[in-house]
Amino acid sequence: MKKSVFMGTLATAALVAGYASATTLEDVQARGSLNCGVSTGVNGFSAPDANGVWQGFDVAVCRAVAAAVLGDPMAVNFVPTTGQTRFTALASGEIDILARNTTWTLSRDVDLGFTFIGVNYYDGQGFMVDRALGVSSATELDGATVCIQTGTTTELNLADYFRINNMTYEPVPIETNAEAQQQYLAGACDVYTTDASGLAATRASFETPGDHVILPEIISKEPLGPLVRQGDDQWADIGRWTLNALIAAEELGVTSANLEQMAAGTSNPEINRLLGSEGSLGEMLGLDPQWAMHAIAAGGNYGEIFAATIGEATPIGLARGLNAQWTQGGLLYTPPFR
Amino acid sequence: MAMVDSGAPKGSFRLSMLLYDTRYRSYTIQIFVLILLMLGAAWLIDNTIRNLAALGKDFSFDFLWNVSGYDISQRPIEYDSTYTHGRAAIVGLLNTLILAVMACATATVIGVIAGVLRLSKNWIIGRLMTIYVETFRNVPVLIWIIVVSAIMSESMPPPSAFRGDDPASSMLLFDSVAVTNRGVYVPGPLFENGLGYFNILGLDVSLNLMAFLVVVGLSIWVNRLVLASATKIQNATGVRPKTWWKSLLILFVPAIALLTFLGFHLEYPELRGFNFTGGIQMRNSLLAMWLGLSIYTGAFVAEIVRSGILAISNGQSEAAFALGLQPGRTMRLVILPQALRVIVPPLISQYLNITKNTSLGLAVGYMDLRSTLGGITINQTGRELEGMMLLMLVYLVISLIISTVMNFYNNRVKLRER
Amino acid sequence: MSDTHAHTVRFVRETMLPPQDPPSSQIGMVRWGRENLFDGPLNIILTVISLLVVLFLIMEMGPWFANSIWNANSLTECRQILDGASGACWGVIKDRWPQLMFGFYPPELYWRPVTALVLLFVAISPVLFPSVPKKVLYFTMVYPFLGVWLLWGGTIWGPVSVALGFVLGYVLVRATSQLSTLLSAAIVVILPILYWLFLAGPLVDALSAIAPLESQSVPSREFGGFLVSLVIGVSGIALSLPIGILLALGRQSNMPLIKYVSVIFIEFIRGVPLITLLFTASLLLNYFLPPGTNFDLILRVIIMVTLFASAYMAEVIRGGLAALPRGQYEAADALGLDYWKAQRLIIMPQALKISIPSIVSTFIGLFKDTTLVVFIGILDPIGLANATRASSDWQGIYWELFIFIGAVFFIFCFSMSRYSMSLERRLKTDHR
Repeated sequence: MKKSVFMGTLATAALVAGYASATTLEDVQARGSLNCGVSTGVNGFSAPDANGVWQGFDVAVCRAVAAAVLGDPMAVNFVPTTGQTRFTALASGEIDILARNTTWTLSRDVDLGFTFIGVNYYDGQGFMVDRALGVSSATELDGATVCIQTGTTTELNLADYFRINNMTYEPVPIETNAEAQQQYLAGACDVYTTDASGLAATRASFETPGDHVILPEIISKEPLGPLVRQGDDQWADIGRWTLNALIAAEELGVTSANLEQMAAGTSNPEINRLLGSEGSLGEMLGLDPQWAMHAIAAGGNYGEIFAATIGEATPIGLARGLNAQWTQGGLLYTPPFR
Repeated sequence: MAMVDSGAPKGSFRLSMLLYDTRYRSYTIQIFVLILLMLGAAWLIDNTIRNLAALGKDFSFDFLWNVSGYDISQRPIEYDSTYTHGRAAIVGLLNTLILAVMACATATVIGVIAGVLRLSKNWIIGRLMTIYVETFRNVPVLIWIIVVSAIMSESMPPPSAFRGDDPASSMLLFDSVAVTNRGVYVPGPLFENGLGYFNILGLDVSLNLMAFLVVVGLSIWVNRLVLASATKIQNATGVRPKTWWKSLLILFVPAIALLTFLGFHLEYPELRGFNFTGGIQMRNSLLAMWLGLSIYTGAFVAEIVRSGILAISNGQSEAAFALGLQPGRTMRLVILPQALRVIVPPLISQYLNITKNTSLGLAVGYMDLRSTLGGITINQTGRELEGMMLLMLVYLVISLIISTVMNFYNNRVKLRER
Repeated sequence: MSDTHAHTVRFVRETMLPPQDPPSSQIGMVRWGRENLFDGPLNIILTVISLLVVLFLIMEMGPWFANSIWNANSLTECRQILDGASGACWGVIKDRWPQLMFGFYPPELYWRPVTALVLLFVAISPVLFPSVPKKVLYFTMVYPFLGVWLLWGGTIWGPVSVALGFVLGYVLVRATSQLSTLLSAAIVVILPILYWLFLAGPLVDALSAIAPLESQSVPSREFGGFLVSLVIGVSGIALSLPIGILLALGRQSNMPLIKYVSVIFIEFIRGVPLITLLFTASLLLNYFLPPGTNFDLILRVIIMVTLFASAYMAEVIRGGLAALPRGQYEAADALGLDYWKAQRLIIMPQALKISIPSIVSTFIGLFKDTTLVVFIGILDPIGLANATRASSDWQGIYWELFIFIGAVFFIFCFSMSRYSMSLERRLKTDHR
């Protein structure tokens, strides 16, 4: 019976630690670590490895923000969230930033009360089918059984697409990517639909990737980005500009290899402003002058992170596509650092 | 003051009596508890209001009338992505009820068979049933549901295996039943000159089904009258008139006549495009939930049945034999009524468990109430407070109905001790 | 005489015949088989069917198990070794073993949860085995604090100062025993609460300043795998016991308000699925607490699981109370004991003893139900299985993980249920 103490200890400890102070930045700095919401496991974007260290593209964003704010890329507590719990976790303050391939939509931005701090991956919903079915276009999918992941915009896009094209389908809603994949491989659905990046990642892990085709139709725009709570503009700015710093670093040719050397000062004033040897951009954000340098040091610039986690050299094997710099014909275009 | 009188404290009231006098103490305690409860409730409500205000949300159920935008695979009533969230919730509720009723029925059958077989003298059967009961009782139901679903999607042929000139799989029972890893397709009833539908509270009720049920009900009632009159004759004369042909006539002829009149025929499933169409489809998710829940709960029911049978002492059947009852009648009149008294209450609480466990449907993609209202709807609208409250309320109502039935039954069969 | 006899009777056996062996059909395997397997046509059919089922299962699964591979670091490696044959790839269990057991708990600290588990058995041993000396019960009282400290770490003064509140309560019970029960109960409840709210915090700070006895603190988000199932299950049951007792007594109370509050609470919790309560923990609890309060998900889950379990516990204990003969209540009244004394000295010890088997089965149920936390994103064994399947190395693996998880659950639950059955038998003989 005396065991109710257990509760007491925890509750007091939790309540003492629980009352949030004024701003998220102060909270994070006081705590000494960043609480970052990620998915419970999407290959290449966020998944724990055998040592329990989280790896992936979304994870890298968290690490960069932690490095910018706290100077330590490892000072991140990863909070796994499901499609259903992610928004509540953010709204309730359980996490400071949500980096869980979340699509930027008006209702999420406005009605749910969040602020998207940018786009770290431009995606679109696609379809994957077995090559043996002989389907070459999504318009031939009338009557097909479609595996979808629930809790996403995917199911809404799908409903819209099939209705517009006057086709019927049989939805098989599934909670996790791993489960969906198993159902698809067993032939329990003809089509697997999710973001094209996820399709590529999934196909890459198949025993015989060549047996499956990703159809040319991309039926939606899925700008995936990290998001924070609405109402704390300073924190949103920090997140937004950390992401921008990673993108700008690639554009300006700052890599983790030449970072030290460039931080000492270069002939390009924008690089100097970015890395803190000139101007006071860090101070404006309420951070250390070297904030961007720490962020880039965490995992390299945007291009390096992309290449290391989901790029063509990895098992996921995604091409840059829309996610190339604007100078390369992509959509990555950061506002100037000045 | 004048009342104070050392001889008889009765009638006088002092404040300390609120604490010491057992007559008043319970009021003190109750008022204290009431105040605490009200304070607690006020605190919770105040917090909720302030939190909602901080998030800029209001408390309203309007979202139920907004367009849902998502599709549901298993639709007992008409529904597509242009209907409202409220309609989606009703579809989910119906799916929950369908699953619960099916699982309760099969769990009982499996449980009774396993419970009886576990008592069998046959060594292998006894051991196999023990293994069944122990493995299923001691592993979480969620794992069983996932495993059953995986077994079905992995080991059944996909519809594409039925295609081509020399298909790898073929349909069963004269091409009428198709077993695929997307579900089982069986022939479904169709009515050529059906009566159509009757719309009640937004739900379409099939008049054909209603007519059929009414006719069958009437037949059963008439049949009982016939049987009762036969018993009367038997009591009066000692000879029971033959009634079987009358019963047969009464039970089947009207139903068959009605079906012929409505132009009843079966629609067979047929492979068209990607999938089988036509007939009735029992989707994989439904089958996985159904089998998973009924096999898991069956293990518990088996134990209940076994202990129920063991609880009836041998003396009861011996006494019945001594009275000259035949074995069948002994079972029906002596053993079963007593065993049922032991079996039914825990059995109904297992039914309750099944109903609550249907909420695991999302694990295999079964669109029950939890996946529609408590899942996608909450997720798309961000109305978790309202959605969860509604969800809990619905489950609570279902559970209360089941327990009311249980209490009613319990009171009826309760051993009257004197 | 003997002669006459010898003449009238032709033959008299004067020695006993050695007993003959029973016919071959009545001994050994054959007889056993006839009696137990082939006794009548129905049984023969059943036996044949069962043998076929067993044979089928062995044929289907045998090769898969026979080709098990233990040394592989990824599914691809397994597939290469198997070279097209079907076989289990247990390498995933080997690779992810620490994670499935402990989640992300720091590897150098694995000894702490292990010690906590071992000590848990020591702590509950006096309840489980009558032969254990009763003095161990003192350890049982200390264990909750010790266990919390071992698992979560941090300063030792935290648990100690919380424990002091209970010591305070106990002292107050002794000191106020002369006062009215109601008054003394009020003091005993209110003073320790005030202590915890206002004094315990500063006390911890002061004590840690004087003597900083600290171990590395582990936040609960690093808990995972079976550790998280056990922590939720054990603390849920332990915490629900006192609440359950109060609810059971409340339900039997003759004060209508208390009775109806207890009944409504119990029926509400029992009427909704656990999953909705878990969703409440993860989605709604923050709405009900003061704005800005936020504490960790596992703790929130433990709170909801405790509420859930206490409703079931209340029903179990109510069953125990109902099983006591009326005479026990009447005897207590006859001795002039007041309500609480009667409960403490006569009713509860017996009622709880009768209820132990049902408490164990409630625990088994709760322990199995902890798998539902996967729906709210806690990485319990199933959650970690999903996360493992999302990593590049093990994408596509399936049965091995679920068979392993199922087997571990089976070992835990089966041994507990066997124990509870033996306990039931022991308790039954006690009553005769």
